[in-house]
Amino acid sequence: MFSLELLLDAVVLGVMVGCFYAAVSIGLSISFGLLDVPNVAHPALLVLASYGAWLLGDFDIDPIVAGFIMMPAFFLLGVMLYRTYHETFEKRGSDAGVRGLAFFFGIAFIIEVVIIMRFGVDQRTVQAFYIGKSIEILEVRIPMRMVAAFVVAILLSLALTLYLSKTFLGRAIRAVAQDEAALRLMGANPVAIKQWAFGIATAVVALAGALLIIVQPVEPTLDRAYIGRTFCVVVMAGLGSMSGTLVAGIILGVAETIVLTMFGASWAPAISFTLLLLVLGIRPQGLFGR
Amino acid sequence: MNSARIGRRTIIAGALATGAALPAMAQQGPIKIGMSMPLTGGLAAGGKSALIGIEVWRDDINEKGGLLGRKVELIVYDDKSSAAETPAIYSKLLDVDKVDLLFAPYATVPTAPIMPLVKQRDLLLMGNFSFQVNRTVKHDKWFNNAPWGPADSWARGFIDLGMKSGAKTMALIGADQEFAQNLMKIAKDVANEKGVKVVYEQSYPPATVEFSAMVRAIRAARADMVFVCSYPPDSVGLLRAINEIGIGDSVKLFGGGMVGLQFAAVMESMGSLLNGVVNYNSWLPEKSMEFAGTKEFFAKYQKRAVEAKVDPLGYYLAPFGYAMGQMVEQAANSAKSLDQKKMADFLRSNEMATIVGPIAFGPDGERKESATLMAQFRGVVDKNVEQFRNPGKQIILFPEKWKTGELVAPFDKARK
Repeated sequence: MFSLELLLDAVVLGVMVGCFYAAVSIGLSISFGLLDVPNVAHPALLVLASYGAWLLGDFDIDPIVAGFIMMPAFFLLGVMLYRTYHETFEKRGSDAGVRGLAFFFGIAFIIEVVIIMRFGVDQRTVQAFYIGKSIEILEVRIPMRMVAAFVVAILLSLALTLYLSKTFLGRAIRAVAQDEAALRLMGANPVAIKQWAFGIATAVVALAGALLIIVQPVEPTLDRAYIGRTFCVVVMAGLGSMSGTLVAGIILGVAETIVLTMFGASWAPAISFTLLLLVLGIRPQGLFGR
Repeated sequence: MNSARIGRRTIIAGALATGAALPAMAQQGPIKIGMSMPLTGGLAAGGKSALIGIEVWRDDINEKGGLLGRKVELIVYDDKSSAAETPAIYSKLLDVDKVDLLFAPYATVPTAPIMPLVKQRDLLLMGNFSFQVNRTVKHDKWFNNAPWGPADSWARGFIDLGMKSGAKTMALIGADQEFAQNLMKIAKDVANEKGVKVVYEQSYPPATVEFSAMVRAIRAARADMVFVCSYPPDSVGLLRAINEIGIGDSVKLFGGGMVGLQFAAVMESMGSLLNGVVNYNSWLPEKSMEFAGTKEFFAKYQKRAVEAKVDPLGYYLAPFGYAMGQMVEQAANSAKSLDQKKMADFLRSNEMATIVGPIAFGPDGERKESATLMAQFRGVVDKNVEQFRNPGKQIILFPEKWKTGELVAPFDKARK
């Protein structure tokens, strides 16, 4: 069944879904893309933040506001996580990556179990004025929750791009990603910078988690559905590129939505990895990688 | 094994709660009923609710003097919602705990692997809300408490309702998982048989994030009815997307096989989005569904459920757990023993009164006639779980004998 109207619908909605994918991946773009930390606990932290937004919803706090409120706590959590990872794995040698993977898998499982024990297995949703309503863009009705995700994703990637290119600490984070040894020779402490950067990556997750529960109902094991998607977006973008993450997210979102609308939903999950393979085949450094 | 300790603790707690009932009971050993139950994992919410239903029956019968004059004890192990756990648990129940009777765990997945074992040992097994697990095993001592009846009953009830309101075409959507796919296939067969044209058919993967695109495609297909076979997260996603995008004015009937809309937590969080949906159910607080003992049962269940933080309504599973006990009670009293052959003969050839209505079994151990309800949500408001305790929120449209109202169609009108 093909119609131009459906195709236009799919593209517009795909851009929205893609921006949402970018928002939930951008923290990983810092932690994995820039810092080379195999943070597979990223989606679990995302779900944890969603539960935080749900809890704050009981006090009539808007989920996006809740995301901002949780940011300092998540920043500290990120700092602690990186410190533990660094002390126990990273500084011990070259196989840190593989063992670090086990560490972050462990963290993901702990988060999942804690959520189940504390909140049970039921799915949770939040209420906000923009959830359950839609607006018309280009004669296409778009759910307002997706528009919220779209706006937050654009602002988030803009803010992070500016932070990483215009501020002293941002440039230091880029420097540590490029050449840690050179940074050390200049008298800077790469561990402290990476710790700060991992804190920021995790703080961003607080906001992204709030977006997640705005877009869909959340249950404790939802993180598993996002491991593939988030890593795909980050690698496709070219490790560490913020604007690239946004573009990769949009490409994935549009491709998935078109396939879902035109060819059948069963094919949609295969899209992310097909795109990833294509991009890596043509440009191994990713779309925006150097 | 940790679960064994939990099981014994359950027994001790049960014995303490009910043991002092009658001195005569102590002279004989207790009747041990063994089962596994999903108390953790994905099926836990349902498993815990079903177990409370069975425990209320145990306490009631012990208060009355026991089964055949003997106290009833439950031996329960957690199967963690896993099919891999149940064969070993049931072997242990039979060979180590030496139970007298077996109840199946809640749901299809943990039940299916124990079917060969009970058939091999020729044992009576009371089924607990599984779907078609005896289809290939063909065990003659299997009796399922679920109201499903023949496999096509869900689709048939829904499609009949649609056709009565003038529907001629149907859209089918369902999760890409075994249960939903079976249901979709059956619905398609029934539609073909009845001359209803399937104009849209779509399966979606379990991790689907956004349903707006699918809702648009359904709207473009302009189907008269939409049969949905979804799991809890998708049910919520779909209803939200419909509310935002709109499904079109052609749709007269929407719903059918949406899992999740039977549970208090989901119903409360969905609130007014539920209005208009026609969906399957097992028991509802409507006038036509009050039978001897129903009210008393829910008074007891709901008190315990609140303490145990389990589904506070408990309509979907808990009364059927109780009914399972009631059927065993009638069979044992008729056989005047626990002779499993005699009990099975009784269960197969008699209609039994239970708190969920009369139950009679067909040759395959499923209900002779389907008692699966198709009910329409009406006048539901947001953030209020208590509203679902009152009649009128889910109007029963099917089966005819329990009907409490007429379908409001089209779907858009019923949502207002």
